Amino acid sequence: MSGVQQRESAVQRKRQIGEVLLAVENIGLRFGGVQALSGVSFDIREGEIRAIIGPNGAGKSSMLNVINGFYQPQEGVIVWRGQRLRRMRPHFAARSGIARTFQNIALFKGMSTLDNIMTGRMLKMRATMLEQAIYWGRARREELEHRAFVERIIDFLEIQHIRNVPVGRLPYGLQKRVELARALAMQPTLLLLDEPMAGMNLEEKEDMCRYILDVNEEFGTTVALIEHDMGVVMDISDRVVVLDYGRLLADGPPEAVRRDPEVIKAYLGVPHE
Amino acid sequence: METLSAVLVEPFVAIAEAPMFFFEVLIGGLLSGVMYALVALGFVLIFKASGVFNFAQGAMVLFAALFFVGFIDLGWPIWLSLIVTILVMILLALAIERVVLRPLVNQDPIILFMATIGITFFLDGFGQTLWGSDVRRLDIGIPEDPLIIAGLYINQFDIYAAVICGLLVLGLALFFQYTPTGRALRAVADDHQAAMSIGIPLNVIWAIVWTVAGIVGLVAGIMWGAKLGVQFNLALIALKALPVLILGGFTSVPGAIVGGLIIGAGEKVAEVFWGEVLGGAIEDWFAYMLAMVFLLFRPQGLFGEKIIERV
Repeated sequence: MSGVQQRESAVQRKRQIGEVLLAVENIGLRFGGVQALSGVSFDIREGEIRAIIGPNGAGKSSMLNVINGFYQPQEGVIVWRGQRLRRMRPHFAARSGIARTFQNIALFKGMSTLDNIMTGRMLKMRATMLEQAIYWGRARREELEHRAFVERIIDFLEIQHIRNVPVGRLPYGLQKRVELARALAMQPTLLLLDEPMAGMNLEEKEDMCRYILDVNEEFGTTVALIEHDMGVVMDISDRVVVLDYGRLLADGPPEAVRRDPEVIKAYLGVPHE
Repeated sequence: METLSAVLVEPFVAIAEAPMFFFEVLIGGLLSGVMYALVALGFVLIFKASGVFNFAQGAMVLFAALFFVGFIDLGWPIWLSLIVTILVMILLALAIERVVLRPLVNQDPIILFMATIGITFFLDGFGQTLWGSDVRRLDIGIPEDPLIIAGLYINQFDIYAAVICGLLVLGLALFFQYTPTGRALRAVADDHQAAMSIGIPLNVIWAIVWTVAGIVGLVAGIMWGAKLGVQFNLALIALKALPVLILGGFTSVPGAIVGGLIIGAGEKVAEVFWGEVLGGAIEDWFAYMLAMVFLLFRPQGLFGEKIIERV
């Protein structure tokens, strides 16, 4: 990217970023005697790419699990589009447009790529089970519509060639891509990505970065991602949250976070100067 | 030496001398195997979707059959009895989901298994309290006289049973493979957490699976009930489904079918050609012995998933 282009896109990004979409306030989460999160507050604005970083065991994945309702925190409030909630429920989160991927890939291994992505359309289907069973009227029309939508995602992520392969047989990098495709099929407002690039080679990482940026720019999808590759985080995110031992260590734009002495001490581990 | 020849040589000589008779026995066995498969199918559906071994499947067969025959004895037409019994099974599935499964969500499989034992006692008791424990004759108009096809005597009832079972399995397979709900069911069977993340409601799925298992149980109950009369024994047929499951694998629908066929054909052929040498009535234990041999060499069954756990 040339300097001019970079400046232009930065200006454009500022314009794209809007109101607070989701905020967590003072979240405390315990598993028995283990305090996984305590007093964590931050917000995610519409249209931004928000990174969550921190050493292993800092509570990053737990945070995502709180946001989409897998974990119910003992303390704190989640504010979703101005609505204050004691906790999320997975079904409510999915219906409200929160989609996610998982650190260890959670695909339906026995099903084909296409079927996996089609499950992402589940909540958009209105036909009753009886209509589905006889494949009549609404069910037939819906299935074709959703199929067309899913084909667009398949094109977008360039996975046409594995459309009918059972995902259990795909290499790791492609499985990650199918998982992203399934999340995109939900047409999410907020996309939570748990280490989307872990275990990938350089080329796969670059592809994944491009997809995330494209999704964000073209569809205006808000992205919150956990990532360990600092280069990637600094490149693509608008703001960064740093967690350590379940506490908020820093929060701000990438350059500021990178210079924060606390962050350097806890996470990057290199003495400053 | 004489015993050895009686076990290893003479039965095969008998088969070679009367091939037509052998085929009659074999086909009779295969067709009755279909009936075992029908019961096993109910187990597989629930185990696949929720990881619960539903001990109550046999009780559901009896329960459904009791309601069906009860309505017919009230003078209702068959189609009405069928529809109302299906509604009863739907209500039962909803109640089980609400009262038993939902409070136990995220518990160990063994706890859910114990809960299904509880359901078994409830269904056995409740069904017989409502409808009594007498043996009831169930006649749904399927002729029982033998047919002669290509020179072979074949029981007509068994053919009907096989066709009905075949249609049921085909319907289920298509439903699972091609409808959105089927896709959701397979998704839940594959990965609970991922399914929840895309907004598939687990309790709805469980209610659906138990309903389908209830309807499969109803079909099994009608077929077995027409054969043996509707009585408490129907609940015990589930025990015959266990070796079928061990052979076919607990997670495989085709496995349940093939397992049923092997058990059905195996025990009939064994009874007719080896029964006398081994003291007779080997039909009663042959299936279990076969299952035991399978457990030694292929514990995951013919089509089951091999589960490798890292320690």
